[in-house]
Amino acid sequence: MAYSEKLIDHYENPRNVGSMDKNETSVGTGLVGAPACGDVMKLQIKVTADGIIEDAKFKTFGCGSAIASSSLITEWVKGKSIDEAGAIKNSEIAAELALPPVKIHCSILAEDAIKAAISDYKTKNGQGDVEAAE
Amino acid sequence: MQRAKRRVTLPDKRVSEEVLIMNELKAKPIYLDYQATTPTDPRVVDAMLPYFTEKFGNPHSRNHSFGWEAEDAVDVARGQIANIIGASAKEIIFTSGATESNNLALKGVMKFYGKKKPHLITVVTEHKCVLDSARHLEQEGYKVTYLGVKENGLIDLEELKAAITDETALVSVMGVNNEIGVIQPLKEIGEICRERKVFFHTDCAQAVGKIDLDVDDMKIDLMSISGHKIYGPKGIGALYVRRRPRVRVIAQITGGGQERGMRSGTLPTPLIVGLGKACDILSNEMAEENKRITELRDYTLQKFRDRLADIYLNGDEEARVSGNLNVSFAYVEGESLQMDIKNIAVSSGSACTSASLEPSYVLRALGVDEELAHTSLRIGIGRYTTKEELDEAIESISVAVERLREMSPLWEMAQEGIDIKSIEWAEH
Repeated sequence: MAYSEKLIDHYENPRNVGSMDKNETSVGTGLVGAPACGDVMKLQIKVTADGIIEDAKFKTFGCGSAIASSSLITEWVKGKSIDEAGAIKNSEIAAELALPPVKIHCSILAEDAIKAAISDYKTKNGQGDVEAAE
Repeated sequence: MQRAKRRVTLPDKRVSEEVLIMNELKAKPIYLDYQATTPTDPRVVDAMLPYFTEKFGNPHSRNHSFGWEAEDAVDVARGQIANIIGASAKEIIFTSGATESNNLALKGVMKFYGKKKPHLITVVTEHKCVLDSARHLEQEGYKVTYLGVKENGLIDLEELKAAITDETALVSVMGVNNEIGVIQPLKEIGEICRERKVFFHTDCAQAVGKIDLDVDDMKIDLMSISGHKIYGPKGIGALYVRRRPRVRVIAQITGGGQERGMRSGTLPTPLIVGLGKACDILSNEMAEENKRITELRDYTLQKFRDRLADIYLNGDEEARVSGNLNVSFAYVEGESLQMDIKNIAVSSGSACTSASLEPSYVLRALGVDEELAHTSLRIGIGRYTTKEELDEAIESISVAVERLREMSPLWEMAQEGIDIKSIEWAEH
């Protein structure tokens, strides 16, 4: 399969690989996908008191496109408000990485992961479960 | 210009320079996918070449020397092929490859005997061309039983016995599985089939040259053979069809009535000479070659086991051909692993590259967990594999597995002692 240079760069030099303490109240954790499907993404965000994402980390089990999609989204969400981050569409990720059609689900997973992380953060901080990602 | 002797002849000089530079930058890729195909042995190519040019005759031309010369060459090849499976030359039918041989065996036998005996038995781990032929027969009204396999990939002989009925015409069980390399108990299956007067077909595309085969001793009635899996050319294969007791098949390709009416079409003399030569080489070198390859395989597996935790060999370790290692590297998805080791040509059981996103049906039939099926690589060792190449591959794969595990949330959970099966995953 021919992949774009951007995708290969994110796969070979993934940004923001790592983990944060999921028990910290300023940290939101999203864990999406399933091992049996061959994709699991864990995405974590650290949010400031005024709702800005100051750091993001990921770990992904999955194909090169899944790893690149999660790496890209951690880059994108840093510095954004949680509302801005929650508005990122999978189609933007797919376009940026030029994902082939069979890999579009990787970008959907990345969108789900950030939504789940935001939802977890909001739940922890008593902001309700308004944007729970299914 | 100092590199002139290695220059590729291309119309644009600049382009040829670029090609050269690119080739020099790329490290030499290592081929470890010998179950997919093999390079043609140079001795085979040498044997074939004259039959493209000066000895170009049609082997079916009965009235001039060009035809006789080609016919003689075909006869020699038939003998060489028959020889390595203990058959006689007259029982070898040439086809375009094992896919066609399997189609001819299944459809040909069922359509000849199907009125009285419409039942076929095969196995869930067979090659797609066997399974698809069986599906087509089912659509036409034939009955098919698909036997499951045990955890080690082998069939249960008692299950086979129980599946045979008075309506069974044919049992088709592959000699060696293409993905996991396990060797089915052909002799025992042959005994059962002969006793019940059922024909026994075996797809031996991956078995020829790897295990000793004898159609009489193993009571095999039909056997599919492939050229390009045994260092012969692509586009040629054969079907062994027993003459005593006679097995009848309905031709699937009709025309001039060549190959005793079972497969029409002008025989491709150069390819046939190549297949014959490939078999001839095997009859002399097979034992020694398999000994060498088995040592390399065991060495490779041991190196992986010493270096990496949580790796699993798929398929029986003992009843296994020399050149096949199918290993699951837990917590690392197969396609991403392949991307990391792009200089090494291997196959993955993770079908993440296909549109289905389903992992290998063979591994699932063994009961391998789906998450482990996604993490498998098939490493195929063959005639030209060196220990140096394997050392490089082992190092490269191990580094990639370690890197990707550091990136894997599943590996992290396993290290923290969390059972990933205890989590309620949202299937997508």
